[in-house]
Amino acid sequence: MRELSAADRAEHWRQTRNLTILHLTVWFIFAYVVHWFALPLNSIDFFGWPLGYYFSAQGSLIVFVVQLFVFNRQQHAIDVKFGVDERE
Amino acid sequence: MGMKWEGKGFMESLPRIYAIYTGGFLGFFALMAFFESLGMGAKWIGILFVLFTLVVYAFIGVLSRTTAVDAYYVAGRSVPPVFNGMATAADWMSGASFVAMAGGIFMSGHPYMAFIVGWTGGYILIATLMAPYLRKFGCYTVPDFIGTRYGGKLTRFCAVVVLVVASFTYVTAQITATGTIAARAFQIPFEIGVWLGLFGILVCSMLGGMRAVTWTQVAQYIVLIIAYLIPIFWMSIAQGFGFLPHLSYGSAVQRIMELEPLIGVGTQPTDTVAGLKALTTLHATPPEGALASWKFVTLVFCMMVGTASLPHILMRYFTTPSVRDARNSVAWSLFFIFLLYFSAPALATFSKLQMIDPNLATSIIGASIDQVMSLEWIQKWSEIGLLAIKDSNADGILQVNEFFLNPDIIVLATPEMAGLPYVISGLVAAGGMAAAMSTADGLLLAMANTLSHDLYYKILDPKAEVKKRLMTSRILLLIIGAGGAAVASLKLTGILGAVAWAFCFAMSGLFVPLVLGVWWKRANRAGALAGMIVGLGTGWWYLLAVRNPEAWYGLAQPWIGLDDLRFGVVGVTASAIAMVVVTLLTEAPSEEIQRMVDDVRVPHGDTIIPSKA
Repeated sequence: MRELSAADRAEHWRQTRNLTILHLTVWFIFAYVVHWFALPLNSIDFFGWPLGYYFSAQGSLIVFVVQLFVFNRQQHAIDVKFGVDERE
Repeated sequence: MGMKWEGKGFMESLPRIYAIYTGGFLGFFALMAFFESLGMGAKWIGILFVLFTLVVYAFIGVLSRTTAVDAYYVAGRSVPPVFNGMATAADWMSGASFVAMAGGIFMSGHPYMAFIVGWTGGYILIATLMAPYLRKFGCYTVPDFIGTRYGGKLTRFCAVVVLVVASFTYVTAQITATGTIAARAFQIPFEIGVWLGLFGILVCSMLGGMRAVTWTQVAQYIVLIIAYLIPIFWMSIAQGFGFLPHLSYGSAVQRIMELEPLIGVGTQPTDTVAGLKALTTLHATPPEGALASWKFVTLVFCMMVGTASLPHILMRYFTTPSVRDARNSVAWSLFFIFLLYFSAPALATFSKLQMIDPNLATSIIGASIDQVMSLEWIQKWSEIGLLAIKDSNADGILQVNEFFLNPDIIVLATPEMAGLPYVISGLVAAGGMAAAMSTADGLLLAMANTLSHDLYYKILDPKAEVKKRLMTSRILLLIIGAGGAAVASLKLTGILGAVAWAFCFAMSGLFVPLVLGVWWKRANRAGALAGMIVGLGTGWWYLLAVRNPEAWYGLAQPWIGLDDLRFGVVGVTASAIAMVVVTLLTEAPSEEIQRMVDDVRVPHGDTIIPSKA
């Protein structure tokens, strides 16, 4: 197994951290921001749903699920790039 | 012939095993429906459903018993991500999610949806901040991570205390729920139902530890999700919203919003019935003002951060074969949880619409009281005091503010309201039982494992043999379970209150030390100790203070709407400040610890804690 250089290690962590921050930003928007404005959003009709209600009943949840699968792919890609993924 | 519970062959045959199991369960369902058509009574259908599923769980629990440390504590670290996802989902979705959530949405409207958002979004925090790193660490329990990362027996001990406080609060609620369902299904007193439920829980976890709990939880997930979804699809078809209710119930929401002003939702009732409530909150319209928004997002915050701090959930991710699998497993957990949570608002919507829409045959609001009183489900639930009708204005017509109910009955009573056969009610009872039992199992195991591994083995007697440690864990399981059942039979708080408190306790004490342990190399022992002690202490003080405004705790009213369900906000803030300040005032951790943190951050290589026990 190749030993990871200090520079690579730092870069791997920097990219991991940035990816995490990106996903936490998306999370923050759908976890808090849209619900803060639920009342005004409710006047928008989204396929029959009032939008503010829709976000709390389905919208945010769907974003979270999709987001996690995407995050896993991206994080794995970073791990592979630096050769620190787990191999059999 | 003994079954092998690990290895590639077993993992590969898992989909087939559980497919057969699911088929068997559906077959049992069909058989019960057949018996009902032959004239079998509701009572026997309920008993058979609960009994049959209990026997199956116990069977799996006994078959997968083990005496190996790795199998007992972390299921041999061999659970495939999808199955671990199902097991986590069952572990996660408690009696409260299954029984109380749709009823809460029915009764309390939009503000209650904060639970749905919070209980799903928390998994983003677990996946990004915690699970992969804890898996790489190779810990057996959550305090194992705290104890090894920060060092010191006192640090480990504090983590054990937080874990036990949070989990014990939570487990009493679950035992209460199993007791309630067992009592109703077998028509026995609640106090006996509690002990019967506990017996079922212990059979699953005592002999096989984490391994047995994992495979029973997968089985329980399958039962609970089928039990939750079938009535929703059935009602949707019956009310003309088609075969895909989740895509089409928007118009049902709009119909409710149209009907609300017509039937006068929001008019306060003139009568009161102890323990029951009339519907006064709008279904989809949030209350106005910044304080309402603030209360929504703070509740979301507590449920999310609490999710990411609950040890019985975090420890499920110690059971995967690799770091990548741990991450994938979080995503699958969220997916399986999502299936139930995005159905709950649909259930609440259909259930409400069938009660209030005058165009539907099932509607009762606006009907004559004599006619409503003659309905069988109204009589049944009134008899046991969970539903009441008062003709306040004596006009002989049922108004919305004259109909009182306990919101917890919505999920259990909805099939009866919709006029579905009893076999559905039996199915729902079995699902509720599965939800409560699986969570109780996970919680009891989290406590017993940490007390036997961290307190007994790591702190009190580091030379203890494996056999002695596992025996300690089993005895502790019995003692804690009995303690939980004893507290549950006192009926101190409601199910939901206890659950929210558990989240707030966990986040106050554990969240900051767990996250900073990975994300801040500089974090040290003194800081972690301060974070746990100040966090839990402040949270606890605040809870007592808001609950007893007259007492000496020195708080006349809650700070900006932070009531007892939200005390975690105060606890976690105090914890973060204390941990950062104390860390910066004291020495940085040793070179060795800092290297350990570096190693945790990359997936490849050996775990930090060697896998040999």
